[in-house]
Amino acid sequence: MPEDYLPILAMVVVVIGFAAAALVVSAITGPRKPNPAKLSPYESGMPPFGSARRRISIRYYLTAVLFILFDIEIVFFYPWAVLFRQLGLFGLIEMAIFVAILLVGYVYVWRKGGFDWD
Amino acid sequence: MEIIVFYLFAAIAVIAALGVVGLRNPVYAALCLAVVFVSFAGLYVLLSAPFIAVAQVMIYAGAILILFVFVIMLLSPPVDQGEGALKWQKPLALGFVGALAVQLVLVLALAVLPSARGSLTPEVIAQRGDVQVVGAALFSDYLLPFEMTSLLLLVAIVGVIVLAKKR
Repeated sequence: MPEDYLPILAMVVVVIGFAAAALVVSAITGPRKPNPAKLSPYESGMPPFGSARRRISIRYYLTAVLFILFDIEIVFFYPWAVLFRQLGLFGLIEMAIFVAILLVGYVYVWRKGGFDWD
Repeated sequence: MEIIVFYLFAAIAVIAALGVVGLRNPVYAALCLAVVFVSFAGLYVLLSAPFIAVAQVMIYAGAILILFVFVIMLLSPPVDQGEGALKWQKPLALGFVGALAVQLVLVLALAVLPSARGSLTPEVIAQRGDVQVVGAALFSDYLLPFEMTSLLLLVAIVGVIVLAKKR
């Protein structure tokens, strides 16, 4: 029933409107007295060195792929949680097997130091 | 009302998709792809398929796009300056687009045939709720594929550790 999702659409519209209004109002009303310190990328921070367009360490890839895999796992939990009462004990065992297999992977990552940043 | 929202999401999706193809900077293209995915989620809700919409946001906008952005970060490709890297890129792209167009027309043509409709018509799904329909099928008839998905995810977890932790 798409009508049930109207509040979400309304929220999206309000969020975009609020963000746009905040940007427009601050651009119109805010005073502008720039100086070199204010224009630096990180005011009161360390000056940037080198280009931001450089290759990132492969370690981040590990984090990204692990996130994706457990994200996909969560999608399967959603219909399971909705149907939990109907499925009963059988559903619980089904999901226990599913989680147990993925837990093997979790323990493997843990033991191999996949969560360490060395 | 519904038709207005449909055209709104369809227009956003088309404009953002043009951005994916047209923008030279791969990071901008990836961000446009996120907009395409999210507007598709809106279209799925209009089709009374909120589960697909949730999966669309979580898997495509959440996970697949993260992977795209990470690959851009890891490889840091230069901003595209015009001609493609491959000489036969344009005919290849035309071939793919043609195949996709043929597939789209075939699927639409088959969907009109009454014999192609199963027992789960849109009316049945709207009445039972699509999460319930998907869940009931997934946890009974398609139990083995569901459990094998966890094995597939396990293989992927082991694979990424072997690749990333290799010294």
